[in-house]
Amino acid sequence: MATFFGEVVVAPSRAGVDDEESAEEAREETPEDREIRRELEKKREIDVLWTLKSGASTESSADEPFVCSKFIVAIGHNAAAFLSSFILDSVCWEVVGVVKLWNEWCRTSNTTNVLPTDSFCLFYRLISDPTVLLCQCSCYVAEDQQFQWLEKVFGCMRKEDLQVTVLSTCPVADYKTQESTLTLPSPFLKALKTKEFKEEVCCPLLEQPNIVRDLPAA
Amino acid sequence: MFVPCDRGGGSASSDFKGFTLLMPAVSVGNVGQLATDLVISTLNMTKVGYFYTDCLVPMVGNNPYATAEENSMELSINAEVYSLPSKKLVVLQIRSPFIKNKYRPFCETLLSWVKSSKCARVVLLSSSHAYQRDDEQLLGTPLRYLLTPDLEKAVGGLMQELNWKEMEKVAAYPGINDTEKVLHIPGGGITKLLFTESCSKGIQMAVLLKFCSEGDNIPDAFALVNYLNEWLQLVKSEVNTSSQWKIPSSWRLLFGNGLPPALF
Repeated sequence: MATFFGEVVVAPSRAGVDDEESAEEAREETPEDREIRRELEKKREIDVLWTLKSGASTESSADEPFVCSKFIVAIGHNAAAFLSSFILDSVCWEVVGVVKLWNEWCRTSNTTNVLPTDSFCLFYRLISDPTVLLCQCSCYVAEDQQFQWLEKVFGCMRKEDLQVTVLSTCPVADYKTQESTLTLPSPFLKALKTKEFKEEVCCPLLEQPNIVRDLPAA
Repeated sequence: MFVPCDRGGGSASSDFKGFTLLMPAVSVGNVGQLATDLVISTLNMTKVGYFYTDCLVPMVGNNPYATAEENSMELSINAEVYSLPSKKLVVLQIRSPFIKNKYRPFCETLLSWVKSSKCARVVLLSSSHAYQRDDEQLLGTPLRYLLTPDLEKAVGGLMQELNWKEMEKVAAYPGINDTEKVLHIPGGGITKLLFTESCSKGIQMAVLLKFCSEGDNIPDAFALVNYLNEWLQLVKSEVNTSSQWKIPSSWRLLFGNGLPPALF
Protein backbone atom coordinates (compact mmCIF):
# COMPACT_ATOMS: atom_id res chain seq x y z
CA MET A 1 0.00 0.00 0.00
CA ALA A 2 1.64 3.26 -1.08
CA THR A 3 0.69 6.84 -0.25
CA PHE A 4 3.02 9.24 -1.98
CA PHE A 5 5.74 7.92 -4.24
CA GLY A 6 8.32 5.94 -2.36
CA GLU A 7 6.46 5.63 0.93
CA VAL A 8 5.22 2.18 1.83
CA VAL A 9 2.72 1.97 4.66
CA VAL A 10 1.88 -1.19 6.55
CA ALA A 11 -1.85 -1.73 6.22
CA PRO A 12 -3.56 -2.14 9.57
CA SER A 13 -4.66 -5.70 10.03
CA ARG A 14 -8.27 -6.54 10.71
CA ALA A 15 -6.89 -8.99 13.24
CA GLY A 16 -6.74 -6.08 15.61
CA VAL A 17 -3.64 -7.34 17.34
CA ASP A 18 -0.59 -5.78 15.73
CA ASP A 19 2.52 -7.89 15.86
CA GLU A 20 4.40 -5.06 17.60
CA GLU A 21 1.74 -4.88 20.28
CA SER A 22 1.89 -8.58 21.01
CA ALA A 23 5.70 -8.52 21.00
CA GLU A 24 5.61 -5.67 23.49
CA GLU A 25 3.30 -7.58 25.77
CA ALA A 26 5.58 -10.60 25.63
CA ARG A 27 8.30 -8.53 27.31
CA GLU A 28 8.29 -8.75 31.08
CA GLU A 29 6.56 -5.74 32.61
CA THR A 30 8.87 -3.76 34.85
CA PRO A 31 7.52 -2.06 37.98
CA GLU A 32 7.82 1.26 36.12
CA ASP A 33 5.69 -0.10 33.25
CA ARG A 34 3.10 -1.30 35.72
CA GLU A 35 3.06 2.06 37.44
CA ILE A 36 2.65 3.92 34.14
CA ARG A 37 -0.12 1.57 33.06
CA ARG A 38 -1.92 2.00 36.38
CA GLU A 39 -1.67 5.79 36.15
CA LEU A 40 -3.05 5.73 32.61
CA GLU A 41 -5.92 3.49 33.66
CA LYS A 42 -6.71 5.79 36.57
CA LYS A 43 -6.74 8.78 34.25
CA ARG A 44 -9.22 7.01 31.98
CA GLU A 45 -11.54 6.04 34.81
CA ILE A 46 -15.07 7.32 34.75
CA ASP A 47 -16.63 9.01 37.78
CA VAL A 48 -20.39 9.20 38.12
CA LEU A 49 -21.43 11.90 40.61
CA TRP A 50 -25.03 12.03 41.78
CA THR A 51 -26.56 15.12 43.39
CA LEU A 52 -28.94 13.83 46.01
CA LYS A 53 -32.13 15.54 47.17
CA SER A 54 -30.24 17.32 49.96
CA GLY A 55 -28.11 19.04 47.33
CA ALA A 56 -24.85 17.48 48.49
CA SER A 57 -22.71 15.73 45.87
CA THR A 58 -21.59 12.24 46.52
CA GLU A 59 -19.52 9.60 44.75
CA SER A 60 -21.06 6.95 42.56
CA SER A 61 -22.69 3.71 43.72
CA ALA A 62 -25.12 5.16 46.22
CA ASP A 63 -26.14 2.65 48.87
CA GLU A 64 -29.69 2.50 47.62
CA PRO A 65 -30.12 2.04 43.87
CA PHE A 66 -32.48 4.56 42.26
CA VAL A 67 -35.95 3.41 41.49
CA CYS A 68 -36.28 4.10 37.80
CA SER A 69 -39.17 3.39 35.45
CA LYS A 70 -37.95 5.13 32.30
CA PHE A 71 -34.38 6.01 31.35
CA ILE A 72 -33.80 7.98 28.18
CA VAL A 73 -30.20 8.28 27.00
CA ALA A 74 -29.23 10.73 24.25
CA ILE A 75 -25.77 10.06 22.86
CA GLY A 76 -23.94 12.46 20.59
CA HIS A 77 -24.32 16.15 19.79
CA ASN A 78 -27.46 15.81 17.65
CA ALA A 79 -29.40 13.67 20.10
CA ALA A 80 -28.33 15.88 23.02
CA ALA A 81 -29.40 18.98 21.09
CA PHE A 82 -32.76 17.36 20.33
CA LEU A 83 -33.39 16.91 24.05
CA SER A 84 -32.26 20.46 24.81
CA SER A 85 -34.54 21.95 22.16
CA PHE A 86 -37.69 19.90 22.62
CA ILE A 87 -37.71 18.20 26.00
CA LEU A 88 -35.57 19.81 28.65
CA ASP A 89 -36.46 22.95 30.55
CA SER A 90 -35.66 24.20 34.01
CA VAL A 91 -39.29 24.04 35.15
CA CYS A 92 -39.99 20.34 34.68
CA TRP A 93 -36.49 18.84 34.92
CA GLU A 94 -33.74 19.03 37.53
CA VAL A 95 -30.10 17.99 37.23
CA VAL A 96 -29.34 14.98 39.41
CA GLY A 97 -25.97 13.79 38.23
CA VAL A 98 -22.92 14.19 36.03
CA VAL A 99 -20.25 11.95 34.54
CA LYS A 100 -16.65 13.06 34.70
CA LEU A 101 -14.28 11.49 32.18
CA TRP A 102 -11.18 12.12 30.08
CA ASN A 103 -9.92 10.58 26.87
CA GLU A 104 -7.91 11.68 23.84
CA TRP A 105 -10.97 13.20 22.19
CA CYS A 106 -12.63 15.08 25.01
CA ARG A 107 -12.70 16.00 28.64
CA THR A 108 -15.86 16.68 30.58
CA SER A 109 -16.10 18.72 33.72
CA ASN A 110 -18.14 18.10 36.80
CA THR A 111 -19.91 21.42 36.55
CA THR A 112 -23.58 21.22 35.72
CA ASN A 113 -23.70 24.66 34.17
CA VAL A 114 -22.71 23.76 30.61
CA LEU A 115 -22.80 25.44 27.24
CA PRO A 116 -24.25 23.55 24.27
CA THR A 117 -20.80 23.49 22.66
CA ASP A 118 -19.15 21.85 25.68
CA SER A 119 -18.57 18.13 26.03
CA PHE A 120 -20.69 16.95 28.88
CA CYS A 121 -22.69 14.05 30.26
CA LEU A 122 -25.54 15.09 32.54
CA PHE A 123 -28.44 13.30 34.20
CA TYR A 124 -31.86 14.93 34.69
CA ARG A 125 -34.92 13.82 36.61
CA LEU A 126 -38.54 14.73 35.88
CA ILE A 127 -39.74 16.70 38.89
CA SER A 128 -43.32 15.51 38.61
CA ASP A 129 -42.25 11.84 38.35
CA PRO A 130 -38.82 11.22 39.87
CA THR A 131 -38.61 7.73 38.40
CA VAL A 132 -38.11 9.20 34.92
CA LEU A 133 -34.43 9.82 34.23
CA LEU A 134 -32.81 11.40 31.25
CA CYS A 135 -29.15 11.41 30.22
CA GLN A 136 -27.58 13.86 27.78
CA CYS A 137 -24.19 12.61 26.68
CA SER A 138 -22.52 14.87 24.15
CA CYS A 139 -18.97 13.77 24.96
CA TYR A 140 -17.28 10.87 23.19
CA VAL A 141 -16.92 7.84 25.43
CA ALA A 142 -13.89 5.87 24.22
CA GLU A 143 -13.97 2.14 23.47
CA ASP A 144 -12.24 1.13 26.64
CA GLN A 145 -14.52 3.36 28.76
CA GLN A 146 -17.87 2.27 27.33
CA PHE A 147 -18.23 -0.84 29.46
CA GLN A 148 -17.25 1.10 32.59
CA TRP A 149 -19.82 3.82 31.79
CA LEU A 150 -22.47 1.19 31.41
CA GLU A 151 -21.68 -0.62 34.65
CA LYS A 152 -21.33 2.55 36.73
CA VAL A 153 -24.49 4.23 35.45
CA PHE A 154 -26.76 1.19 35.41
CA GLY A 155 -25.22 -0.06 38.62
CA CYS A 156 -26.96 2.78 40.41
CA MET A 157 -30.42 1.85 39.16
CA ARG A 158 -32.92 -0.80 39.95
CA LYS A 159 -33.44 -2.71 36.74
CA GLU A 160 -36.83 -4.29 37.38
CA ASP A 161 -39.58 -2.75 35.21
CA LEU A 162 -37.07 -0.37 33.71
CA GLN A 163 -37.62 0.81 30.15
CA VAL A 164 -34.51 2.18 28.45
CA THR A 165 -34.61 4.29 25.29
CA VAL A 166 -31.38 5.19 23.51
CA LEU A 167 -31.35 8.11 21.06
CA SER A 168 -28.44 8.47 18.70
CA THR A 169 -27.48 9.60 15.20
CA CYS A 170 -25.34 8.13 12.43
CA PRO A 171 -24.22 9.60 9.11
CA VAL A 172 -26.48 8.64 6.19
CA ALA A 173 -23.35 7.68 4.25
CA ASP A 174 -22.85 4.78 6.67
CA TYR A 175 -26.28 3.34 5.92
CA LYS A 176 -26.11 0.20 3.81
CA THR A 177 -28.84 -0.17 1.27
CA GLN A 178 -29.41 -1.49 -2.22
CA GLU A 179 -30.00 2.00 -3.67
CA SER A 180 -27.57 4.85 -3.33
CA THR A 181 -27.84 6.96 -0.19
CA LEU A 182 -27.77 10.07 -2.41
CA THR A 183 -31.42 9.61 -3.34
CA LEU A 184 -32.57 8.59 0.13
CA PRO A 185 -34.85 11.16 1.79
CA SER A 186 -32.97 12.02 4.96
CA PRO A 187 -33.05 12.33 7.86
CA PHE A 188 -34.88 9.10 8.61
CA LEU A 189 -35.47 7.00 11.72
CA LYS A 190 -34.66 3.36 12.33
CA ALA A 191 -34.99 1.33 15.50
CA LEU A 192 -33.59 -1.69 17.26
CA LYS A 193 -35.52 -3.27 20.09
CA THR A 194 -35.14 -6.15 22.50
CA LYS A 195 -37.78 -8.87 22.47
CA GLU A 196 -38.89 -7.71 25.93
CA PHE A 197 -40.04 -4.39 24.42
CA LYS A 198 -43.70 -5.00 23.74
CA GLU A 199 -44.92 -1.55 22.78
CA GLU A 200 -45.29 -0.31 19.22
CA VAL A 201 -42.18 1.12 17.67
CA CYS A 202 -42.72 4.44 15.94
CA CYS A 203 -40.50 3.71 12.96
CA PRO A 204 -39.20 0.79 10.86
CA LEU A 205 -36.59 -1.55 12.31
CA LEU A 206 -32.98 -1.36 11.23
CA GLU A 207 -32.45 -3.80 8.37
CA GLN A 208 -29.52 -6.15 7.98
CA PRO A 209 -26.61 -5.68 7.36
CA ASN A 210 -26.62 -2.37 9.22
CA ILE A 211 -25.25 -2.29 12.75
CA VAL A 212 -24.90 0.13 15.64
CA ARG A 213 -21.60 0.59 17.43
CA ASP A 214 -19.95 2.42 20.37
CA LEU A 215 -21.86 3.59 23.43
CA PRO A 216 -25.35 3.19 21.95
CA ALA A 217 -24.49 -0.45 21.20
CA ALA A 218 -23.03 -1.02 24.64
CA MET B 1 -18.81 -14.50 31.10
CA PHE B 2 -21.31 -16.82 29.39
CA VAL B 3 -24.93 -15.72 29.76
CA PRO B 4 -27.50 -18.28 28.62
CA CYS B 5 -30.58 -17.20 26.67
CA ASP B 6 -33.99 -17.62 28.22
CA ARG B 7 -35.40 -20.44 26.21
CA GLY B 8 -37.88 -23.22 26.92
CA GLY B 9 -35.01 -25.69 27.10
CA GLY B 10 -33.68 -24.06 30.27
CA SER B 11 -30.27 -25.13 31.48
CA ALA B 12 -30.23 -28.17 29.22
CA SER B 13 -29.46 -25.98 26.25
CA SER B 14 -26.25 -24.73 27.84
CA ASP B 15 -24.79 -28.10 28.75
CA PHE B 16 -21.74 -28.46 26.51
CA LYS B 17 -20.11 -31.46 28.12
CA GLY B 18 -18.27 -33.44 25.47
CA PHE B 19 -19.10 -30.95 22.71
CA THR B 20 -16.71 -29.58 20.12
CA LEU B 21 -16.35 -25.80 20.43
CA LEU B 22 -15.85 -24.13 17.06
CA MET B 23 -14.74 -20.52 17.11
CA PRO B 24 -12.94 -17.95 14.94
CA ALA B 25 -9.92 -15.82 15.67
CA VAL B 26 -10.35 -12.22 14.53
CA SER B 27 -7.60 -12.37 11.91
CA VAL B 28 -6.54 -11.11 8.52
CA GLY B 29 -9.46 -10.98 6.12
CA ASN B 30 -11.85 -12.00 8.91
CA VAL B 31 -11.76 -15.43 7.27
CA GLY B 32 -12.39 -17.39 10.49
CA GLN B 33 -15.44 -15.29 11.27
CA LEU B 34 -16.83 -15.60 7.74
CA ALA B 35 -16.34 -19.37 7.83
CA THR B 36 -18.10 -19.51 11.21
CA ASP B 37 -20.99 -17.52 9.73
CA LEU B 38 -21.32 -20.16 7.01
CA VAL B 39 -21.44 -22.97 9.57
CA ILE B 40 -24.07 -21.27 11.73
CA SER B 41 -26.16 -20.29 8.74
CA THR B 42 -26.03 -23.65 6.93
CA LEU B 43 -26.69 -25.79 9.99
CA ASN B 44 -29.42 -23.37 11.12
CA MET B 45 -27.97 -23.35 14.60
CA THR B 46 -29.90 -22.05 17.61
CA LYS B 47 -28.53 -19.21 19.68
CA VAL B 48 -28.13 -20.39 23.27
CA GLY B 49 -26.39 -17.44 24.85
CA TYR B 50 -23.78 -14.73 24.61
CA PHE B 51 -20.58 -13.54 26.27
CA TYR B 52 -20.91 -10.52 28.56
CA THR B 53 -17.43 -9.10 28.16
CA ASP B 54 -15.64 -5.76 28.26
CA CYS B 55 -12.90 -7.05 25.96
CA LEU B 56 -14.61 -6.58 22.59
CA VAL B 57 -15.80 -3.38 20.88
CA PRO B 58 -19.58 -3.17 21.39
CA MET B 59 -21.92 -3.58 18.44
CA VAL B 60 -25.52 -4.61 17.94
CA GLY B 61 -27.77 -5.28 14.98
CA ASN B 62 -30.70 -7.40 13.93
CA ASN B 63 -30.39 -11.15 13.31
CA PRO B 64 -27.63 -11.66 10.71
CA TYR B 65 -28.97 -15.07 9.72
CA ALA B 66 -32.52 -13.88 9.07
CA THR B 67 -34.34 -15.77 6.36
CA ALA B 68 -37.77 -14.17 6.61
CA GLU B 69 -39.64 -11.25 8.19
CA GLU B 70 -40.52 -13.35 11.26
CA ASN B 71 -36.99 -14.21 12.33
CA SER B 72 -35.31 -10.94 11.33
CA MET B 73 -36.03 -9.02 14.50
CA GLU B 74 -33.88 -10.74 17.09
CA LEU B 75 -31.00 -8.60 18.37
CA SER B 76 -27.48 -9.85 17.85
CA ILE B 77 -24.31 -8.64 19.59
CA ASN B 78 -20.55 -9.03 19.36
CA ALA B 79 -19.99 -12.46 20.96
CA GLU B 80 -22.70 -15.08 20.73
CA VAL B 81 -22.94 -18.82 21.28
CA TYR B 82 -24.90 -21.21 19.05
CA SER B 83 -25.50 -24.90 19.56
CA LEU B 84 -26.43 -28.02 17.61
CA PRO B 85 -26.77 -30.87 20.09
CA SER B 86 -27.34 -33.49 17.36
CA LYS B 87 -23.76 -32.96 16.18
CA LYS B 88 -22.42 -32.16 19.67
CA LEU B 89 -21.33 -28.83 18.26
CA VAL B 90 -21.23 -25.48 19.99
CA VAL B 91 -20.10 -22.40 18.08
CA LEU B 92 -18.87 -19.06 19.39
CA GLN B 93 -19.09 -16.21 16.88
CA ILE B 94 -17.05 -13.04 17.49
CA ARG B 95 -18.15 -9.99 15.55
CA SER B 96 -15.87 -7.15 16.62
CA PRO B 97 -12.18 -6.52 17.30
CA PHE B 98 -10.53 -6.54 20.70
CA ILE B 99 -10.22 -3.40 22.76
CA LYS B 100 -6.58 -2.42 23.23
CA ASN B 101 -4.79 -4.52 25.88
CA LYS B 102 -7.87 -6.67 26.44
CA TYR B 103 -7.11 -9.68 24.30
CA ARG B 104 -5.10 -11.44 27.00
CA PRO B 105 -7.85 -11.30 29.67
CA PHE B 106 -10.32 -12.48 27.04
CA CYS B 107 -8.20 -15.54 26.19
CA GLU B 108 -7.80 -16.40 29.88
CA THR B 109 -11.52 -16.12 30.56
CA LEU B 110 -12.38 -18.04 27.41
CA LEU B 111 -10.09 -20.96 28.22
CA SER B 112 -11.36 -21.21 31.77
CA TRP B 113 -14.92 -21.26 30.38
CA VAL B 114 -13.89 -24.06 28.02
CA LYS B 115 -12.60 -26.04 30.98
CA SER B 116 -15.59 -25.36 33.23
CA SER B 117 -18.14 -26.22 30.54
CA LYS B 118 -16.21 -29.45 29.87
CA CYS B 119 -16.00 -29.07 26.10
CA ALA B 120 -14.15 -32.04 24.67
CA ARG B 121 -12.08 -30.00 22.21
CA VAL B 122 -11.77 -26.60 20.57
CA VAL B 123 -11.41 -25.95 16.85
CA LEU B 124 -10.09 -22.47 16.07
CA LEU B 125 -10.55 -21.08 12.56
CA SER B 126 -7.96 -18.50 11.62
CA SER B 127 -5.83 -16.99 8.88
CA SER B 128 -2.36 -15.59 8.37
CA HIS B 129 -0.78 -12.99 6.09
CA ALA B 130 -0.12 -14.54 2.69
CA TYR B 131 2.74 -12.13 2.01
CA GLN B 132 4.75 -13.56 4.90
CA ARG B 133 5.03 -17.04 3.36
CA ASP B 134 8.45 -18.38 2.53
CA ASP B 135 9.39 -19.89 -0.84
CA GLU B 136 8.17 -23.37 0.05
CA GLN B 137 4.88 -22.18 1.45
CA LEU B 138 4.14 -20.32 -1.79
CA LEU B 139 3.71 -23.69 -3.49
CA GLY B 140 0.93 -26.14 -2.78
CA THR B 141 -2.02 -25.75 -0.47
CA PRO B 142 -2.54 -22.49 1.46
CA LEU B 143 -4.31 -24.37 4.26
CA ARG B 144 -2.56 -25.45 7.44
CA TYR B 145 -3.41 -27.10 10.74
CA LEU B 146 -2.01 -27.24 14.27
CA LEU B 147 -2.83 -29.64 17.09
CA THR B 148 -2.10 -29.38 20.79
CA PRO B 149 -0.27 -32.44 22.14
CA ASP B 150 -3.44 -33.74 23.81
CA LEU B 151 -5.39 -33.64 20.57
CA GLU B 152 -2.46 -34.94 18.52
CA LYS B 153 -2.78 -38.23 20.35
CA ALA B 154 -6.45 -38.48 19.44
CA VAL B 155 -6.58 -37.33 15.83
CA GLY B 156 -2.98 -37.01 14.60
CA GLY B 157 -3.39 -40.12 12.48
CA LEU B 158 -6.50 -38.76 10.79
CA MET B 159 -4.62 -35.65 9.68
CA GLN B 160 -2.03 -37.90 8.02
CA GLU B 161 -4.76 -39.75 6.15
CA LEU B 162 -6.35 -36.50 5.01
CA ASN B 163 -2.93 -35.45 3.75
CA TRP B 164 -3.08 -32.17 5.63
CA LYS B 165 -0.07 -29.93 6.06
CA GLU B 166 1.06 -28.87 9.52
CA MET B 167 1.91 -25.20 10.03
CA GLU B 168 5.67 -24.83 9.75
CA LYS B 169 7.73 -23.24 12.47
CA VAL B 170 10.11 -20.45 11.53
CA ALA B 171 13.58 -19.62 12.75
CA ALA B 172 13.50 -17.46 15.85
CA TYR B 173 16.46 -15.43 14.57
CA PRO B 174 16.36 -15.70 10.78
CA GLY B 175 19.70 -15.32 9.09
CA ILE B 176 21.59 -15.59 12.36
CA ASN B 177 20.63 -18.90 13.87
CA ASP B 178 18.42 -21.34 12.04
CA THR B 179 18.25 -24.03 14.67
CA GLU B 180 15.85 -22.44 17.14
CA LYS B 181 12.34 -22.60 15.68
CA VAL B 182 9.22 -20.85 16.92
CA LEU B 183 5.59 -20.73 15.92
CA HIS B 184 4.79 -17.50 14.08
CA ILE B 185 1.30 -16.67 12.86
CA PRO B 186 1.40 -13.08 11.53
CA GLY B 187 -2.03 -11.55 11.19
CA GLY B 188 -3.57 -14.35 13.19
CA GLY B 189 -4.81 -12.22 16.07
CA ILE B 190 -5.14 -14.29 19.23
CA THR B 191 -4.44 -17.60 17.45
CA LYS B 192 -0.91 -18.11 18.71
CA LEU B 193 -1.77 -17.06 22.27
CA LEU B 194 -4.79 -19.36 22.45
CA PHE B 195 -2.81 -22.24 20.98
CA THR B 196 0.19 -21.92 23.29
CA GLU B 197 -2.04 -21.44 26.34
CA SER B 198 -4.08 -24.53 25.38
CA CYS B 199 -0.87 -26.55 25.04
CA SER B 200 0.19 -25.60 28.54
CA LYS B 201 -3.28 -26.10 30.06
CA GLY B 202 -3.83 -29.52 28.52
CA ILE B 203 -6.79 -28.38 26.40
CA GLN B 204 -7.44 -30.29 23.18
CA MET B 205 -7.28 -27.60 20.50
CA ALA B 206 -6.93 -27.69 16.74
CA VAL B 207 -6.15 -24.60 14.68
CA LEU B 208 -7.19 -24.55 11.03
CA LEU B 209 -5.84 -21.60 9.11
CA LYS B 210 -5.51 -20.26 5.59
CA PHE B 211 -2.90 -17.95 4.14
CA CYS B 212 -4.70 -14.96 2.65
CA SER B 213 -4.69 -11.20 2.15
CA GLU B 214 -7.28 -8.52 2.81
CA GLY B 215 -9.79 -8.13 0.01
CA ASP B 216 -12.82 -10.15 -0.99
CA ASN B 217 -12.35 -12.97 1.47
CA ILE B 218 -15.51 -14.90 0.69
CA PRO B 219 -13.64 -17.50 -1.43
CA ASP B 220 -11.12 -17.87 1.43
CA ALA B 221 -13.99 -18.50 3.84
CA PHE B 222 -15.37 -21.22 1.57
CA ALA B 223 -11.94 -22.83 1.30
CA LEU B 224 -11.53 -22.83 5.07
CA VAL B 225 -14.98 -24.17 5.82
CA ASN B 226 -14.55 -26.97 3.25
CA TYR B 227 -11.20 -27.79 4.87
CA LEU B 228 -12.98 -28.01 8.22
CA ASN B 229 -15.65 -30.19 6.66
CA GLU B 230 -13.06 -32.72 5.45
CA TRP B 231 -12.44 -33.49 9.09
CA LEU B 232 -15.66 -32.82 10.99
CA GLN B 233 -18.07 -33.82 8.19
CA LEU B 234 -20.66 -31.23 9.21
CA VAL B 235 -22.44 -31.32 5.85
CA LYS B 236 -22.42 -33.88 3.06
CA SER B 237 -19.64 -33.12 0.61
CA GLU B 238 -20.96 -32.18 -2.79
CA VAL B 239 -19.09 -32.04 -6.07
CA ASN B 240 -19.72 -28.29 -6.25
CA THR B 241 -18.18 -27.44 -2.91
CA SER B 242 -19.64 -23.96 -2.57
CA SER B 243 -23.27 -24.96 -3.04
CA GLN B 244 -23.52 -26.94 0.18
CA TRP B 245 -23.08 -23.82 2.33
CA LYS B 246 -25.80 -21.22 2.88
CA ILE B 247 -24.68 -17.61 2.69
CA PRO B 248 -26.25 -15.54 5.50
CA SER B 249 -28.39 -12.54 4.59
CA SER B 250 -26.02 -10.19 6.42
CA TRP B 251 -23.35 -10.75 3.75
CA ARG B 252 -25.29 -8.44 1.45
CA LEU B 253 -23.68 -5.15 0.49
CA LEU B 254 -20.20 -6.09 1.77
CA PHE B 255 -18.64 -3.71 -0.70
CA GLY B 256 -20.92 -0.71 -0.39
CA ASN B 257 -24.28 0.55 -1.51
CA GLY B 258 -25.77 0.80 -4.93
CA LEU B 259 -24.51 3.54 -7.22
CA PRO B 260 -26.28 6.86 -7.58
CA PRO B 261 -27.88 7.02 -11.05
CA ALA B 262 -26.75 10.64 -11.34
CA LEU B 263 -23.19 9.33 -11.67
CA PHE B 264 -23.77 8.27 -15.28
